[in-house]
Amino acid sequence: MPISRGFRGRRRDDAPSDRVPPGQYVADDFPVLSAGPTPRNPLDEWDLTVTGEVDGLKRWTWDEFCALPTESVTVDIHCVTKWSKLDSQWEGVSVDTLLDGVDTSAEYAVAFCDGGYTTNLPLEDLTGGKAWIAFAYDGEPLDPEHGGPARLLVPHLYFWKSAKWVRGLRLTPTDEPGFWEQNGYHIYGDPWKEQRYWGD
Amino acid sequence: MEGTALLGRLIWRAAEVVELRPETSQTKTITFDVPGWPGHRAGQHVDVRLTAEDGYQAERSYSIASAADGSRIELTVERLEDGEVSPYLADELRAGDVIELRGPVGGYFVWNAHAQGTVLLVAGGSGIAPLMAMARQRAGESSGIPTRLLYSARTWDDVIYRDELAELAARGDGFEPMYTLTRAQPPDWEGYGCRVDTELLGEVAPDPSELAVAFVCGPTPFVEAVANGLVELGNAPSRIKTERFGPTGG
Amino acid sequence: MDALMLDGNAAAGLLQEIFGSEMTTAVGTCDGCGTAGEVGGVRLYRGAGLAFRCPHCGDVLMKIVVAGERVWIDFRGLRTLQLNG
Repeated sequence: MPISRGFRGRRRDDAPSDRVPPGQYVADDFPVLSAGPTPRNPLDEWDLTVTGEVDGLKRWTWDEFCALPTESVTVDIHCVTKWSKLDSQWEGVSVDTLLDGVDTSAEYAVAFCDGGYTTNLPLEDLTGGKAWIAFAYDGEPLDPEHGGPARLLVPHLYFWKSAKWVRGLRLTPTDEPGFWEQNGYHIYGDPWKEQRYWGD
Repeated sequence: MEGTALLGRLIWRAAEVVELRPETSQTKTITFDVPGWPGHRAGQHVDVRLTAEDGYQAERSYSIASAADGSRIELTVERLEDGEVSPYLADELRAGDVIELRGPVGGYFVWNAHAQGTVLLVAGGSGIAPLMAMARQRAGESSGIPTRLLYSARTWDDVIYRDELAELAARGDGFEPMYTLTRAQPPDWEGYGCRVDTELLGEVAPDPSELAVAFVCGPTPFVEAVANGLVELGNAPSRIKTERFGPTGG
Repeated sequence: MDALMLDGNAAAGLLQEIFGSEMTTAVGTCDGCGTAGEVGGVRLYRGAGLAFRCPHCGDVLMKIVVAGERVWIDFRGLRTLQLNG
C-alpha cells in the first residue's frame, strides 16, 4: 500500500513496548466510542443490581453505591480500535465488594447497561481485584460520554468489555455473547493474545 | 441511474495533489487529480486513507466541494487542532504528493436537478463544502431551481468561498445566499448575527408547502438543531437530508 | 442531543464495499417500530463496530463489524431492506 509521505498519525513513540499489546498504538487523548446515544438519566432513578444465578437480587441506589468502599486504580486500557492509553486513573468500587457474600454457581456474567448494551465475561475476570464499577476518571466524576455516572472497568480485556453506563451484572451458568460478541468480536478479548474477532 | 450512484466494486484510487489553496485561516481547498475517476454527483463524499511508514492507517470521509470536472476533484479541509488527519492534509500535503481515496460514495445526500419547489441549503462552518458542490453544479447546469443558502459561520473571515458565493448570487438566477455570523459581525453587517434556531429558520426557510428538499451539513449539534427546527416548522422529516460531521471530525 | 451521532450516509463507502452497490438510498424498515427510511438517513454510531439505529425509536437496525476481509453483519433489527436498483 502506498505510504503517505510524512504521515505518522497522532501517536506517541516513546511508549514502553512491554506495556503496549500487539497491534496497539498509544494515544494521549481519550477517544469516545459509542454504540448508541448517551443516556442522561437522573441519579435518583439509577440503581445497580446483581441478578441471575443468585439467591435474591442485590441492589444499590446511587447513594448506597457511593457509600461502598472505593479504590483508586491506575491502569493501562486497550481499545480494540487499536488505541491504548497508559496510566489512566480511575476511582471505583471493586466488583469483589459487590459480590461479597453472594453465593452463586454461575461461572459467567453479562454486564447490562442503560441504552441496552451488554457484554459478557467469565466471573473470574470480574473478581480477584481485576474489575471495578468506576465512577470517576482523572479525579473528576465520570463524564457521560465516557460512561458516567458509572461504567464497568476491566482493564485486562479489550475496552469494549468495560461497558459504559453499566446498571448491573447478571450472573449466568454459560457464557452468553453480548452486543458485539454476537456479531464478530471475540468472546473473551485478551489484548495480549490479540483476541479481537471470532477465530482470533 | 437517477437514484443510485455508479455501480461496481469500490476501489482505493491514487489521488495526486495538483493544487492547494488557502480559503480561510483554518481551511484549505485541495485539488486532486484522480486517474479513472468515474465522475460524481454534487453532495457525494470520498473516503480518504493515509498510511504511515509502519503501516498505521487512518481513514476519514470528506465531502467533495467541486462540481463534476473530469478526473479532478476538490476537497475543502478544516484544520482541527487536535485532529489526526486534517492537520496532515492542510499543513503537510504538497503538490505532487499522492494519497489514497475511494468514491464517490453516498446517493442519499445529493443534488436533484429535477426538484420541484424551493431547495434550502443550510451550512454550519465547513459543512458548506457539499452544499457548494450543489451550488456549483446548479450553476453549471444553468438550473433555475430557486435555492436558498443559509450559511452559519463564526465571523465574516471564516466564510469559505465568499467571493464565489457572491458571484453565484449576482447571476440573478434564483440562488440566494444568506449568512449568520455567530461570534462577531462587521460594523455595517446586514445579515443575521445569531445561532441558527427555529425562529431564524422560520424567517429564512421556504414555506413547508414550497420546500422541495433541505440539505443540512455541519457539526452534529448544529445539524440536530437545524433538523429539529425545520420539523418544528412543519416540514416532513423525509424532506430534510442531513450530513453530520460528528463532534469535530478529525 | 448526541454529538457522536452520524448519518447512515457516513458509512456509504463501507456499505458499497460490502454490498457492491450504492446502499444509502435503499429503504430499511425498522423491525421494532415499523418506520421506513433511507439507509443514508438513519443514525450511525461508531463503537467497537458500527451500529445503525432507527431515527424514530432508537432500536438497533444493523450492526457491522469489519476485520480486514471478514465482515459480520447483524440484520435482526431490519424487517426488510428495499433495494432500488
